[in-house]
Amino acid sequence: MTDTYSVFREIADSWVLLAMFLFFLAVVAWVFRPGSRKIHQDTADIPFRHEDKPAGDGDTPGAHLKEARQ
Amino acid sequence: MWDYLKLVIYGLIAVLALYAAGEARDLAYLLHAVLVALIAAGLFIFTLRRMGGGTADRAGYLDGPIRVGVILTVVWGVTGFLVGTWIAFVLAFPELNYEWAQGYMNFGRLRPLHTSAVIFAFGGTALITSSFYVVQRTSGARLWNDGLAWFVFWGYQIVILLAATGYLFGSTQSKEYAEPEWYVDIWLTIVWVGYLILYMGTLMKRKEPHIYVANWFFLSFIITIAMLHVVNNLSVPVSIFGSKSVQVFAGVQDAMTQWWYGHNAVGFFLTAGFLGMMYYFVPKQAERPVFSYKLSIIHFWALIFLYIWAGPHHLHYTALPDWASTLGMVFSVILWMPSWGGMINGLMTLSGAWDKLRTDPVIRMMVVSVGFYGMSTFEGPMMSIRAVNSLSHYTDWTIGHVHSGALGWNGMITFGMLYFLFPKLWGKAGLYSLRLVSWHFWLATIGIVLYAASMWVTGIMEGLMWREVDAQGFLVNSFADTVAAKFPMYVVRGTGGLLFLTGSLIMAYNLWMTVKRAPLAQPTAAAAPAE
Repeated sequence: MTDTYSVFREIADSWVLLAMFLFFLAVVAWVFRPGSRKIHQDTADIPFRHEDKPAGDGDTPGAHLKEARQ
Repeated sequence: MWDYLKLVIYGLIAVLALYAAGEARDLAYLLHAVLVALIAAGLFIFTLRRMGGGTADRAGYLDGPIRVGVILTVVWGVTGFLVGTWIAFVLAFPELNYEWAQGYMNFGRLRPLHTSAVIFAFGGTALITSSFYVVQRTSGARLWNDGLAWFVFWGYQIVILLAATGYLFGSTQSKEYAEPEWYVDIWLTIVWVGYLILYMGTLMKRKEPHIYVANWFFLSFIITIAMLHVVNNLSVPVSIFGSKSVQVFAGVQDAMTQWWYGHNAVGFFLTAGFLGMMYYFVPKQAERPVFSYKLSIIHFWALIFLYIWAGPHHLHYTALPDWASTLGMVFSVILWMPSWGGMINGLMTLSGAWDKLRTDPVIRMMVVSVGFYGMSTFEGPMMSIRAVNSLSHYTDWTIGHVHSGALGWNGMITFGMLYFLFPKLWGKAGLYSLRLVSWHFWLATIGIVLYAASMWVTGIMEGLMWREVDAQGFLVNSFADTVAAKFPMYVVRGTGGLLFLTGSLIMAYNLWMTVKRAPLAQPTAAAAPAE
C-alpha cells in the first residue's frame, strides 16, 4: 500500500469516482432546473443569428432576450 | 516591427534546417529538413514582398482560412480514398506490391498513409475549418486573432505534409494513428496550443450570452486531443539529427497508453469534433433548431465522462490486468446510451420537416451520416464485450466497423458540411447541381454497404476458421487458408471503395462548378461574401 500506484488507484476508484458521478448527476439536475426551457430555446436558436456578419459593436450580450421579453 | 521579427525567425529556421539536413542521419530526416528549409524560405520571401503593404480589412468574419480549408478537405479526402482503394486491391491482388516500389510504396508504407490521410488530413482539416466557421457564427464574433488563425491552419497542413512524406520514407514510431516521429509531434503540440488559445479567445469575446453546444464539443475535442497527444508521444530522440526515438513507456503500460490514446482519438477526434459539426450543420440545413437542447447538454457530459475509460477494450486477452479490460468493456457498453441520445437528437431535429429528405439530397446525406453514427456506436459496444471480441478481434470485422464509422459517419457529415459551406463561402445562391449530389449520395452509400457487409462476412468467417479444431484438438486451418478464403470479399470491399471514391470525385467536380458557374446569391449575401 505504499507505492503511489496503489494509493492513486484507491483514491480514483472510491472518492474520485463518486465525485465525478455526483458531478454528472448535478449537471443533469441543473439541465432540468425550472426556467431552463426558455434559455435553452434561445440558445438553440443561436445558429440562426449572425450568419453573415458579427454582432454589431453596439450590441450588448443578450440584447435580443430583453427585446423578446418586452 | 512584427514583420522584421518574422523575417528573423523564418531566416533562422531556414538556416538551422539546412544545417540539420547536412547532419541528417536518415533519409526521412534529410527530406524533412529540406522541406522545412524550403517552407521557411518561401515564407521569408512571402513576408518580404508583402512588407509595407496596407493593413488588411478586419471587419466581418475571417473566412480566408475557411475557404482554403474546404478546398483542402476535398483534396485530402479524394487522396485518402484513392490510397485506401488502392491498398484494398493490393490486399486482394498482392502482385500490386510492385518490385520497383518496394520500401516506399508497398502495403506497409501506404497503410499508415491512408489512415492518416483520411483521419488527420481529411478529418482534421474538416474539423479545423468547420470549427473556425461555427465558432465565429455562434459567437457573433470574428476569430480572436487573424495571424494566429492562419498559423494554426497552415501549421496543421505542415504536420500533414511531414507525416505523409515520413511514412513513405520509413519514419514512424510504430504507434497506430500516432505514427509521426518526435519532431512532428513537437510541432503539432505547438500548433495545437495555438488552436486552443485561438478558440478560447474567440469564445471569450463572443456576443452571445451562451456558448452554443457545438462549441462545447469542439472545445472538448481540442483539449482532449492535446492531452492524449502529449502523453502518448512521450519519447526520447536517439539523436537530434535523426528521426528515430524511443518510447518512455514500455510493455503493457505502453500498450495501455497507446489504446487510451487510440480509442479517444476515435472518441474525441472522430466523435466529439464531428458532433460539433452535426449540432451546427444539421439544424442549419434543416432550418430548424436542434430537437432538444437539454438532451444535447446531457449527451455532451455523458460522452465526456464515459469515452475516456473505454480504451482497454482494445486489449482483451493480453497482459493487461482483467479488471482493466473489464472496466473498458463496461464503460464501452454504457457509452452506447449517450451515443444513441446524440443520434436521436440529430435525427429528430428533422421532425416536422421529414419532407426535406425527399427534396434535399444534402440533408439526406446528413441523416444517413447520423444513422451510421448510431449503427457504429451500437456495433462498437457489442464488439467490446470480451466474448464477442474473442471472435472479432484481429479479424476484418474490426476494419469493417472502423469504416462504417469513418466513411458513413465522418465522411457523410463532412460531405454535408462541404455542400453547405461552398455556396455560402463564395456567395452563391446554391449548388451547381443537386442531381450530382444525389449521384454522390447513392454511390457513397452503396459503397459503404458493400464495404461493411463484405467485412462482416470475411471477419466472422476468418474468426471462426482460426478457432476451428478437429476431434483431436488440432487447428483445422492454416493462416494461408483464411487468406485464400477471403479473396472474393476483398474484391467486393475494393469495389465498394471504388464506388465511394467515384462519389467523392463527383463531389469535387460539383463543388468546383459551384464556385465557377453557380449563380450568385440575391441582394444581401451577394454584396458581402462575408469577409
